[in-house]
Amino acid sequence: MNEQRYQTIEQQISPKPPVAMNMLKAFLVGGVICAIGQAISYFYIIFFDFTEQTAGNPTVATIIFIAMLLTGFGLYRKLGQFAGAGSAVPVSGFGNAVISAAIESRTEGFVLGVGSNMFKLAGSVILFGVVSAFFVALIKLILVTIGVVSW
Amino acid sequence: MVIVFERKPAILACAAVTGPLEKRSVFKSYFDSIMDDERFQENTNEKGQMVLVQEACQVLLKKADVKNLDIDYFLSGDLVNQMTPTSFAARELAVSFIGLFAACATAVSSVIIAGLLTELGASNFAIAGASSHHNATERQFRYPVDYGAQKPATAQWTVTAAGFALVGKYHEGMPYMAAATVGKVVDYGQENPLHMGGAMAPAAYSTITTHLKKRNQKISDYDVIFTGDLGKIGLKLLKAMLAEDGIKSEELDILRDGGDEYFGEDERFQAGASGAGCSASVFYSYVDLQMRTGRYKKVLLVATGALLSPLSYQQGETIPCIAHAVELTV
Amino acid sequence: MIYSFIFAFIVGGLICVIGQLLMDVGKLTPGHTLSILVVVGAVLDGFGLYEYLIDFAGAGATVPITSFGNSLTHGALAEAEKHGWIGVLTGMFEVTSSGISAAIVFGFIGALLFKPKGTID
Repeated sequence: MNEQRYQTIEQQISPKPPVAMNMLKAFLVGGVICAIGQAISYFYIIFFDFTEQTAGNPTVATIIFIAMLLTGFGLYRKLGQFAGAGSAVPVSGFGNAVISAAIESRTEGFVLGVGSNMFKLAGSVILFGVVSAFFVALIKLILVTIGVVSW
Repeated sequence: MVIVFERKPAILACAAVTGPLEKRSVFKSYFDSIMDDERFQENTNEKGQMVLVQEACQVLLKKADVKNLDIDYFLSGDLVNQMTPTSFAARELAVSFIGLFAACATAVSSVIIAGLLTELGASNFAIAGASSHHNATERQFRYPVDYGAQKPATAQWTVTAAGFALVGKYHEGMPYMAAATVGKVVDYGQENPLHMGGAMAPAAYSTITTHLKKRNQKISDYDVIFTGDLGKIGLKLLKAMLAEDGIKSEELDILRDGGDEYFGEDERFQAGASGAGCSASVFYSYVDLQMRTGRYKKVLLVATGALLSPLSYQQGETIPCIAHAVELTV
Repeated sequence: MIYSFIFAFIVGGLICVIGQLLMDVGKLTPGHTLSILVVVGAVLDGFGLYEYLIDFAGAGATVPITSFGNSLTHGALAEAEKHGWIGVLTGMFEVTSSGISAAIVFGFIGALLFKPKGTID
């Protein structure tokens, strides 16, 4: 049997991801996490002196704290298996990526293990966030300087 | 390459030891010992796996009533970087040691080499087999175990298990090695590291068909052809490939797979079990016992291995695979 | 107030659905998916659009990872407006520090407290 024929058979037999079901689960779990985020930000607005604009920061930190507990008790992995992008896309997923890598690397010590490997998974998000922000800001600055757009 | 063993090296005894989760395996009653702690009371996964290997070797020696000093060779491997768990376990065993890497196919490649050494008269007793550890393997090949990535239905669960066989001179009534096929590396362009069965099935197909052809045998000459860890989907693919060659479905029922059956129909394990310890702990417990009790007279053990590394995957390489087969008769 | 929850739920859920499509249909790894979403967030802020989304959906827009790209760009743009060229580099983490610092601190604490476990249930 040649390679092409095998690939045809492989495509036929291997189960496809249940895209519609996965999308529904991602929508529900992602939505619930964001709604919880909304509740947390109201908490900071009502009980602390945060405004709608500034409440985002403590909200994100709180969500990551919750993600730490869920990751440590092995629950975030199960949530991830169920929800897919629904639990990966919210910042809790970013937290899970950092925290799971940190927990895993503990056996290599805090410097060589935790310190070096913490951003093994989440590092690319920071890289592309920073680099794209840099170029977007640079392009906008150029456009403003030559007078195409204003701030 | 097919090897015919003139002097019929025997499988004198077998032992399998597993981690706690493997209590759920359908083969659990065949395992010699199931440990309660996944790190085996050690502080790292890798040291835990070392203890797993040591424990399995000790059980094996006890079952065969052979002393450490009588062992001529220890032939084994695992999936961790540079195979330190196996090498560290060999340090304690203090016998001549060759570390072998064929990923999950080490379960059989080690036994083939033990058979050759016995055939040569160089070995009276050789321990051969393989092991894997879930946490140690996952973190190396995929993600940290607590990372919430969604695994597809094709993904397999690396087991924490070790299986070893004691290979020695021919002995009346013991299962012996009649022949073996050392596989060729087969790469059908599969790229998905979460679909090992799909990558490995062509290697199993290549080795099985070569063995049957060179030995002038049919599938139905065997009581069972046991592949290692193709899993539910990989086994289907292997059967589909053989069916294209005109093999009938009754004959295809002779094919079984350790990874497919390991955890029964539990869907949380997706496509089934995998890992060097999967094939080793099925072959050198369940299959061995079936031969000793006379249920099987002639079996073909085919261990498959995916020869990828995290590096090769990240560099966009396809997944080359290998399968080694050994024909046992009693 | 009840509407803000509904909008957060719907917008946040939809961003996750886009992520799921990138993974299932686009066959991307989680790492690739999240990187793309971050870049999208940064670009949307370049056009000044992400602010509208936050005004409309609140946490539905600030909780998904896209907001990370948005706030990085936001910081860079705010400083660029004040200090020109130099501000592009210096302003970036002005707004976003909380996500990264929380992840680092809780990652460290998590490593102190927990051991990885390979259990299934």
